[in-house]
Amino acid sequence: MSLIFLSCALFGLGLYGILTRRDIVAILASIEVMMGGALVLLVGLGSAARFIKPALATAAASPVEGVALMVVVIAAAEAAVGLALLVAIARRRGAVRIDELTEVKG
Amino acid sequence: MATLVNAPWIAVLLPALLAAVIALAGRAVRPAIAWVAWVAMLGPIAVTVLGIGSLMAIGGAEASGEPWASALASSGAATWFSAGGVTLSLPWAVDSLTAIMLLVVGIVALMVMIFSLGYMSEDPGFVRYYALLSLFTASMTLLVVGGSLLTLFVGWELVGACSYLLIGFWFTKPSAAAAATKAFLTTRVGDVGLMLGLAVLWTATGSLGYAEVSEALPTLAPTAVTAAAVLLAIGAMGKSAQFPLHIWLPDAMEGPTPVSALIHAATMVAAGVFLVARIWPVFELAPAAQTLLLIVGTISALGGSVIAVAQTDIKKVLAYSTISQLGFMFAALGVGAWEVAFFHLVTHAAFKALLFLTAGSVIHGSGTQELAEMGGLRKAMPVTFVVWLVGVAALAGVPPLAGFFSKDAVLDVVWLGAPVAAVALFAATALTGLYSAYATRLAFFGESRSKVHAHESSTAMLVPLAVLAVGAATLGLLGERLIAALGEHPEPLSLPITAIAVVLAAGGAMIGWTLGGRMASVAPGTGRSKATMFVFSGFRFDELVRTLVITPTVAMSRGLWAIVDRFVIDGVVEGSAYATRRAGSRLSKAHSGDTQGYVVIIVLTVAVMLAATVWLGR
Repeated sequence: MSLIFLSCALFGLGLYGILTRRDIVAILASIEVMMGGALVLLVGLGSAARFIKPALATAAASPVEGVALMVVVIAAAEAAVGLALLVAIARRRGAVRIDELTEVKG
Repeated sequence: MATLVNAPWIAVLLPALLAAVIALAGRAVRPAIAWVAWVAMLGPIAVTVLGIGSLMAIGGAEASGEPWASALASSGAATWFSAGGVTLSLPWAVDSLTAIMLLVVGIVALMVMIFSLGYMSEDPGFVRYYALLSLFTASMTLLVVGGSLLTLFVGWELVGACSYLLIGFWFTKPSAAAAATKAFLTTRVGDVGLMLGLAVLWTATGSLGYAEVSEALPTLAPTAVTAAAVLLAIGAMGKSAQFPLHIWLPDAMEGPTPVSALIHAATMVAAGVFLVARIWPVFELAPAAQTLLLIVGTISALGGSVIAVAQTDIKKVLAYSTISQLGFMFAALGVGAWEVAFFHLVTHAAFKALLFLTAGSVIHGSGTQELAEMGGLRKAMPVTFVVWLVGVAALAGVPPLAGFFSKDAVLDVVWLGAPVAAVALFAATALTGLYSAYATRLAFFGESRSKVHAHESSTAMLVPLAVLAVGAATLGLLGERLIAALGEHPEPLSLPITAIAVVLAAGGAMIGWTLGGRMASVAPGTGRSKATMFVFSGFRFDELVRTLVITPTVAMSRGLWAIVDRFVIDGVVEGSAYATRRAGSRLSKAHSGDTQGYVVIIVLTVAVMLAATVWLGR
């Protein structure tokens, strides 16, 4: 149960960061925090299920860990792409503040 | 049969594929003239081979009197596609009727393609021409081999489209473009009848397959069968240029002459007769539709031959002659002798295709279509002259050429079934002899009245003429075997009828010969009385149609345009466009470019959706 609270807290913190910070680096970091919250929930529920249903405990490998590992890898790749974009924007415009990037509007 | 690969469908698909190849690659691979025609000829060859193969396969089997029953003996269906429980199949049905029709289509198409090698060699539209001929071959084959009225209808419309495109082949000529439109619209009137007929049959039986319809026929209400048969007869009249839907055929002569031979003499215009023969069981139960066919056929046979006499253009003579000969076939259908009508169809395809190709050769050699400007071509074009003689002799019914047997068979059955109509047909026979002799004398005898020095055509054009001439001369002798193959008992020709027909034709020919001699001696364009001009114009039928049909239709369309189109339809269209534009410009304000604003909206939306799920999912 506490794991669910931890997960929700991490998600909420990340969301707060995204909504309040103007620095894109900080926003990216907040996204990582949110993703961490989701991962905690995933792994936590996976182990809880094993706890509840012993048949799963004897399984050689639970699918949950595999999925979590893949999420981590993809998150790393995504962070790399995001940061690369950020570098490109910084080179071109000299600033990485999100409230200045408002060209795409109707 | 899981695939589309069935022999009859190959004969349909191959020409269609060739048409696509020629249309796409014709301009890329030069010189086109070196390969396009030869590639295109594979299509009709495939059709001919299929026809011969089917005929041999059927020849051993016992022929059945019911055209459908014998068709079902060798039928099948290719699966077009199946998705889930729904399977769409393409049925085909090949019997002796179909096989003989395939032979007619294949051989005439092949001859026309060979002939066009010479006739069209200098035309810039050579590639387009052969692509269209291939497409026509495919469509006509589809019409013939399909195992249901639906496939027949698809082929029917496709040949109509090809006819439109080929009549308007020289589309820069305003008269050709107008003729194409006229042909398309006039046949469309008949096609609406055909479509309604299909709708009636579909409603009554729930199917359009020949087999299913024939099985359901005895259980149907007589009114439904009669309605279907009459509507189908109207469709056949439109395609086969029968009164009062005949007006498009003379104008269709604007197309290249080989096209007239293929489409407007031998195959497409005969599709109406084929349709009636194919679904004869429906007509057998509908005497009203038979009477309609008889009346229409008799009027067309007599009227067509009368108008043909007054024509001055060699192709127009042949066009009205075609209407007249198709009228003979319809009259035979009208008295229930579909096998005799089909026999006349086959012989007519041979000799009329021959005559049209010969006319093409004459036009190519002398540079004119007007009979008054020809004369004396006998010496300049000896081969063309000989095959023309074979053609007109077959047309006029000189024994023992093809037309003699088939036309006398028609006269025979009509005399037994409806003597009044037979009298009209006898008159048409005499007139056929008259215009045949008249045109022959004007074109080939006497002194040359043209400044152009006529020359004989090339070998490519003479070979098909020779082949068709053999057909026109000998096909009649095969008549008994043909009718037996269709499952009917051939009746021996009755001697008095035959004698009267030959004497009448000979008398007509003598008058025609004299008239031709008189016309040749007067200057072109003069010596034509008011009455002659009245007949020349086809009894002013075009003007009648214009007053009674076209003008009211155009006036009504104008009225509809002025009120309904401008206010109602334009209002809806422009109104919806205006509303969309306004809504778009309003909504675009929401795109602020503020990413964090978007995130707030997303989060709130997800929250609302979650709440709704929880709330409603309780």
